[in-house]
Amino acid sequence: MTPTQTEVPQRHGTPQDPDTTPVISVRRLWKVFGPKADRVPESAELCGLSRRELMERTGCTAAVRDVDFEVSPGEVFVVMGLSGSGKSTLVRCLTRLIEPTAGEVVFEGQDIRDADDRHLRELRRRKFSMVFQHFGLLPHRRVVDNVAFGLEIRGMGRAERTRRAQEVVELVGLAGYENSYPDQLSGGMQQRVGLARALAGDPDVLFFDEPFSALDPLIRRDMQNEVIRLHHEVGKTMVFITHDLSEALKLGDRILIMRDGRTVQCGRGDELVGAPADDYVREFVKDVPRGDVLTLRWIMRPAEPDDALDGPELGPDVVVREATRAVLAADRPVKVVENGKLLGIVGDEEILAVVAGQEGGA
Amino acid sequence: MTVALDKTAPLAGARRLSRRMVVAAILVVWLVLFAVFRGRQTLTLAAADLTGLHRWFNDVNDTIGANRNTNPLFLYFFNEIRLVIDNLVGFVQHLISQPTGARPVPQIGWLGVVGLAGYVSWAVANWRVALLAVAGFAFFGLQGLWQESMDTLSLTVSAVLVALLFALPLGVWAGLSDRFNRIVTPLLDFMQTMPTFVYLAPLTLFFLIGPASATIATLIYAAPPAIRITAHAIRSVPESTVEAADSLGATRRQTLLKVLLPMSRRTVVMGVNQTIMAALAMVTIAALIDAPGLGKTVVQALQSLDVGTAFNAGLAIVVMAIVLDRVTTAASGREEAARRSGSRFLTWRRPLLAVGAVGTAILVYLSHTYVWAAEFPGDGGTGSSIASAADTATTWAQDHLSGITNTARDIITNGLLNPFQSLLTDSPWWLVGAALVALGAVLGGRFAAVTAAVCVGLLVGTGVWSDSMTTLASTVVATVLVMVLGVVFGVWMGRSVLVDRVLRPTLDAAQVMPPFVYLVPFLALFGATRFTAIVAAVVYAAPVAMKIIADGVRAVPETTVEAATSAGCNTWQIITKVQLPMSRSALTLATNQGLIYVLSMVVVGGLVGAGALGYDVVAGFSQGELYGKGLAAGLAIVLLGVMFDRITQAAARRTGA
Repeated sequence: MTPTQTEVPQRHGTPQDPDTTPVISVRRLWKVFGPKADRVPESAELCGLSRRELMERTGCTAAVRDVDFEVSPGEVFVVMGLSGSGKSTLVRCLTRLIEPTAGEVVFEGQDIRDADDRHLRELRRRKFSMVFQHFGLLPHRRVVDNVAFGLEIRGMGRAERTRRAQEVVELVGLAGYENSYPDQLSGGMQQRVGLARALAGDPDVLFFDEPFSALDPLIRRDMQNEVIRLHHEVGKTMVFITHDLSEALKLGDRILIMRDGRTVQCGRGDELVGAPADDYVREFVKDVPRGDVLTLRWIMRPAEPDDALDGPELGPDVVVREATRAVLAADRPVKVVENGKLLGIVGDEEILAVVAGQEGGA
Repeated sequence: MTVALDKTAPLAGARRLSRRMVVAAILVVWLVLFAVFRGRQTLTLAAADLTGLHRWFNDVNDTIGANRNTNPLFLYFFNEIRLVIDNLVGFVQHLISQPTGARPVPQIGWLGVVGLAGYVSWAVANWRVALLAVAGFAFFGLQGLWQESMDTLSLTVSAVLVALLFALPLGVWAGLSDRFNRIVTPLLDFMQTMPTFVYLAPLTLFFLIGPASATIATLIYAAPPAIRITAHAIRSVPESTVEAADSLGATRRQTLLKVLLPMSRRTVVMGVNQTIMAALAMVTIAALIDAPGLGKTVVQALQSLDVGTAFNAGLAIVVMAIVLDRVTTAASGREEAARRSGSRFLTWRRPLLAVGAVGTAILVYLSHTYVWAAEFPGDGGTGSSIASAADTATTWAQDHLSGITNTARDIITNGLLNPFQSLLTDSPWWLVGAALVALGAVLGGRFAAVTAAVCVGLLVGTGVWSDSMTTLASTVVATVLVMVLGVVFGVWMGRSVLVDRVLRPTLDAAQVMPPFVYLVPFLALFGATRFTAIVAAVVYAAPVAMKIIADGVRAVPETTVEAATSAGCNTWQIITKVQLPMSRSALTLATNQGLIYVLSMVVVGGLVGAGALGYDVVAGFSQGELYGKGLAAGLAIVLLGVMFDRITQAAARRTGA
């Protein structure tokens, strides 16, 4: 189960630049629960055991095992896994709500594992904020006071924090509900309050721990769109935890799939669908509508001598679904061109193989 | 899976069957040996006889009395505490109940107190309970019990203040620290199993008889619920909320002040309610060690069998309990209600409160200055009418119902109580002890057996073995009756939402009453006998048993009952084969609580002819030479309580597992 890190040029439109230093770099991160947890990451032998064997041998549970990844500025990075895969523990390790057992979490060039209490608190107050699955709102405070809570904790004055909170309340679409109490709102609206609270402090990084799992499907979709809209408007770096693959594909620039605490695969959505690292991922992505995720790059074939090369041109990162009409309308294969260079061609057959749901790609 | 089930099912069945048979066997052996050894080695002790231990306690008491003002431990510790408490109680008493110096009346007269009661109730709760409070307080005056009521209130308020001063911080600490919680929980459990009574005796040793001891006993008795409930409130704040505060960078202090305390406020006020009710119950019982107030009126009236006066004062206690309970319960729900009613109310609230404060201040000033507002007008005519009405009712009951009541009394006394009591008191002590240990082992396991053995040994040591057995007999008989009532009503309530809704408020109200007041009506019906104490105990303990059993029955999953119904069970089969077996741990818990409640009441029943340990304790307070014996009897009560509690708890754990 070696993690596959596919290096592919970035999708256009993502505010990501391979030259900038990552916002967060996670290196060899471990979280082990149980007696004498420290010894587990240190011992090569114990590292090699499966979860159950480790439990039997040492009484320890390894929730996060040797995870590496980097999050670029402005990126939406999704960690996906089923329940018990360690994803919620992982995100809590990033802000040390749960203390990691071993490894590094580098933020702004400093390992936050070295931060003392005061520094850590400062980071949480100004740089990070988090949205929780069960909202974690204060029932005795009005919406606006809930949103201002983080600012209050920093010591901001009442007038200023209320003004700022009011702005954010409007940003998340809760104008008119400032003076309601959380229990008077629906679940979706409560999570908007949670979102507003996280945004109020103007943090550099937003962490989402399965924020929409407790919501109805329709409201969930609204909230996902809300996050996409906010991402466009405020452009924050986001780390998003979910167990829902369609949510991950919808929101994530890159997706890390976890299983039993380990990274199974980390890459863009089309990479997971086009080149699953193993059967586990393949099983996962089986029901994904491939045309919505795969790009032409994944289905093009090399041009052969007898191909007509005077068809229309498309970029390699165009999603299949969007290219379908153009390809089928043309009477010649479509050329996939990047920077003036011909990468390959896509004809009716390649498109139909994907759209009609036949096995394609890698 | 099925194979495993098939294997274990008959095994478990066999074990349960055999346990029942072992219990029966123990009883049979006991009966046989009883017939052989009857009347030998029963450790009977005549009322005026003392053992070495009792004399030694007397000596300790004398020594402490002689050195109270020289021994540094007393000089700088116990006496200081007594002084502080005395001053506090004295201060409150001078404020509302007792004359000070040259003033023939307290600083604040009835009008001021009634005004204050109404205003405070309105400020912390709502205007409805404020009206109730005003009416209740005015009623005390009409009853001719103004000063007694204010004395009771003074003691209660002082004890509650001091209790909360310690209990709330301790509760918060227990809520935050797992380690402290682990230390303090068993201690609180232990304190709560003790009958109110037993705190009194040892405290008089250190703090003399009087208001100080009464207040200290009260606050010790009243603090545990507040500690426990505060800790529980802090612990039940959702972890996700605390985590959210952490993720925003809150310090521990900020989390405590802005998240944990505000979110647990409502529950903490419920804890304050419990503390106030416990304090009121204890203050009335503390009349036995000369605490002033309504309790004293009741005790004196009970001792002279003056049912009318006892009823009048008992009614005042009931009214005070209702007022205090309603006000604090409403206070815990106020914020919720205020929030719902919208902000218009909130903007008007402040000015209205200010106006109310001014009005109250005027009332207080009037009552401080003018006699008509200081001394309650009238001669308490309502009180005498209540008393004479109660007397008339008593006479009528004795004339017309004596046939029924006496029959009931004689059936229970001769059919159940006497044989059982003679089995316990006429058996040799070692036989009873062995039987108790054996029962403990069978029902509760090895640890319960060891506890039972130690308790039996110590009971023998206290020198009041025979009295303990008499009390034990009454307690067991009363508990059996409690369980019969508990199962009948509990199942009824558990099965019918309607019945539950009708009965539960009554049961809640009944539990709030200080145990004392239950004695009065039954004294009127049955006269001063053991039976009176038993009936009062049954009435006192039944509500808690009913509620626990009802909750147990209700907790049986709907689907299980549905499955049984679809299998063709009739109602009786559903109750006996599904609902009762599945609420077995609730039944054991009800037995446990029933025993503890009954024990505390049977002991109080010593006042109305129940004799035995309760009488020993009461006599110890009033007669110097019996002090040691009273203390030993108090100890015996503790031992009985511990034994009951350990065995039933262990049994509950077994059935629960």
